[in-house]
Amino acid sequence: MANINVNGKTVTVEADGATPLLWVLREYLDLTGAKYGCGIAACGACTVHVNGEAVRSCALPLEAVAATDKIVTIEGLSPDGSHPVQKAWLDLDVPQCGYCQTGMIMAAAALLAKNPKPSDADIDAEISNICRCGTYQRVRAGIHQAAGRKA
Amino acid sequence: MTTSMNVSRRTFMAAAGAAGLILGFRVPLSSGGGAALAGAGQTDEITAWVVVRPDETVVIRIARSEMGQGTLTGLAQLVAEELDCDWARVTTEYPTPGTNLARGKIWKSFATGGSRGIRGSHDYVREGGAAARQMLVTAAANAWGVSPGDCTTAKGVITHGATGRTTTYGKVALAAAKLPVPETVALKDPKDWTIAGQPLKRLDTADKLTGKQIYGTDLKLPGMVNAAIRQYPLFGAKLKSFDASKVMAMPGVKKVVAVGDDAVAVIADKWWQAKTAIDALPIEWDEGPHAKVDSADIAAMVAEGLDAKEAFVANEVGDAEAAIAGSVKQVQATYSYPFQHHATMEPMNATALWTADRCEVWCPTQNGESALDATAEAAGLPADKCDVYKTLLGGGFGRRGAGPVHDYVRQAVLIAKQMPGTPVKLLWTREEDMTHGAYHPVTQCRMTAGLDDKGEITGLRVRISGQSILAGIMPGRLKAGMDPVTFQCLAPKGDHAISYGFPALKVDHAMRNPHLRPGFWRGVNANQNVIYLESFMDELAHVAGQDPLAFRLKYMQDHPKSRAVLQAVADKAGWGTPAPKGVFRGLAHCTAFASYVAACAEVSVTPDGEVKIHRIVAATDPGHAVNPQQIAAQVEGSFVYGLSAMLMGECTVKDGRVEQQNFDTYEVMRIKDMPKVEAEVLPSGGFWGGVGEPTIAVAAPAVLNAIFAATGKRIRDFPLKNAGLRMA
Repeated sequence: MANINVNGKTVTVEADGATPLLWVLREYLDLTGAKYGCGIAACGACTVHVNGEAVRSCALPLEAVAATDKIVTIEGLSPDGSHPVQKAWLDLDVPQCGYCQTGMIMAAAALLAKNPKPSDADIDAEISNICRCGTYQRVRAGIHQAAGRKA
Repeated sequence: MTTSMNVSRRTFMAAAGAAGLILGFRVPLSSGGGAALAGAGQTDEITAWVVVRPDETVVIRIARSEMGQGTLTGLAQLVAEELDCDWARVTTEYPTPGTNLARGKIWKSFATGGSRGIRGSHDYVREGGAAARQMLVTAAANAWGVSPGDCTTAKGVITHGATGRTTTYGKVALAAAKLPVPETVALKDPKDWTIAGQPLKRLDTADKLTGKQIYGTDLKLPGMVNAAIRQYPLFGAKLKSFDASKVMAMPGVKKVVAVGDDAVAVIADKWWQAKTAIDALPIEWDEGPHAKVDSADIAAMVAEGLDAKEAFVANEVGDAEAAIAGSVKQVQATYSYPFQHHATMEPMNATALWTADRCEVWCPTQNGESALDATAEAAGLPADKCDVYKTLLGGGFGRRGAGPVHDYVRQAVLIAKQMPGTPVKLLWTREEDMTHGAYHPVTQCRMTAGLDDKGEITGLRVRISGQSILAGIMPGRLKAGMDPVTFQCLAPKGDHAISYGFPALKVDHAMRNPHLRPGFWRGVNANQNVIYLESFMDELAHVAGQDPLAFRLKYMQDHPKSRAVLQAVADKAGWGTPAPKGVFRGLAHCTAFASYVAACAEVSVTPDGEVKIHRIVAATDPGHAVNPQQIAAQVEGSFVYGLSAMLMGECTVKDGRVEQQNFDTYEVMRIKDMPKVEAEVLPSGGFWGGVGEPTIAVAAPAVLNAIFAATGKRIRDFPLKNAGLRMA
């Protein structure tokens, strides 16, 4: 059992401490926006924010999360899909199947929070999420479009 | 836009009673077993394809699956175009395959593969829209006592010109639904399109940005339990025994069950609990006949076919062997292409609810009817006692296509059968997914050509050796033993005709089938066949001392559409003009999935083997372009898929097993590897070509030819990483 802070609310979770945060979110809190893709932090489909950092939740056990850590999932990124990254994604028709995109958006939002005007090289260095539909060109354009707009 | 989640009325009732346990998705009461089953005249269904609600909402039924490729939006555009409705009011829903069965296959095929979603259904879906328009107009005209021919439509409003009276589709929908569906309707000339042909935004984006979109993996039904599976460690292995007692006391575990004769599953409250338990479960396997097979054995088996006497001949012009033998110069090269995995981002999964008299499945599938067949067979029930509710796919690429690749559906039902009345969600781990694929077939190819004293091709001989997809998963579709799909882009005619004319040509296939299950992998056999053909054409141009563009065009006199796309990429990329310093260009083209495509790549390679793909200019002539910006998206994405395979994708085999288990060893392109893609959409009209797959085939050879231009090094075995090259 653990207390964690997700999207601004503290909740009590009856999960084993070894359970990855991803599965706590998905199976105990019904927050299914973060996706299972690989389970080894290789693809980024499970990306959430922990204290503002993009974190791959599939490889973060519950017991490593402190009650004071502020976890934000895609469901909590904005109340109504109005985060600049979400708006740019909508404007540019970025997603194809969309399965990786919640993680991609969380990774992009974390990058922009730290680096409001990332260069292409910054994007290359910071965004390593896998998209098998191959939306990378529009992801890049979406990050540039969202850059500098207030979250 | 409402993305429909087709939960049946019965299940919905159960869910509704369970106080909001179904989170985040909307349950339409009119779909599936509701209005769709009742049919026209009973509801607000105008035709099978169109429902108009009193609030002016237009629901367009989509039989094909949406897996990211944009078909849902494109098909809706085609129907809406003929319907003359207000695009802003359009929503979509999937009829279920069970309803299709009950209504005499009124929606025809559900198959979503071979880039056929639109090109295989454009005529009858447009007719469905046009017929609905005619019925709505007739209903209004009847009410007014005027002739339907004197009425016009625009954006869902019907106007009687002479009197200026107007009404809306929503107001006359119920009356229209009672009219007979006209048997013949006129379709618009595509030049008059205002909805189709436009670069409209997709209908299915908003929920994908907020986490609201429900995929199969996200489904939650009342009382549902979760299953994790461990399948045969190699193809051909069987389950010998397992010791359930070792895991029954683990948290959440409810049951450990055999799944057919080659897998075992743990059922638990939570999937993570099931996964933890299956990892701890002692299992013994009978490894079967292939436990000593390694990649080298498979390569040798396929190589033997390069010289085999017996082969299936698919394309023969003149006597190529004699022409080559009598030539001034002979050129020969041998290529090979490895197994690839689909690696959909969403691993295989399905949710099943079985009782003695009914079975229902929720799953991502490219072919609802195949999923229904798999459900019925595994359930031991007739198909009319079963149904399948399609979820949006987290990638398909052929893995969730027709036929026996619905193993995940079969397994979910077999597991649910052991929990009657309880919905069970089966989710494969990535490792299970990657080692139980339907792999891109492994082939090798020997290309031999003769050149005369002017460097002209006298004859071309293409010997393919290797695996047949049809033999592996659909043997009933073989033609006298031959697999026609093997010859994509080398065929004498059709959707995959070779886009060259040579004085003599022979293309044949020595079938050699290793034990890994093959499958249709986005682009299918076009991928490697175009690498073989377009690399070799480049080799011949260089041997002949001729410009690769001019050399190709000489053999394309009878292929004007192919010439046009090839010339277009050459012009746009600046072929014949200097590239930026250190950057080199390469070309490729083909006819695939009935479209004409070409690419020109710009590449640089550092002395120590770092490859950078700077830009690829692509051209696609799909005949009619239903949504140009989505076609561009398909081209961009297809390059990632094809280049990932060419650069780094490879499934190797040791002790009969696929060695790669996850993305750490099965590498794919990431954003840093992405070239700038300039996708030219050049519809010439008059035909319908596919767009999801064709351009995959031209990305790799264009890059390979540019690498040759940069380095003088011809790479013939893939992936590139094995040739000492890597992405910058």
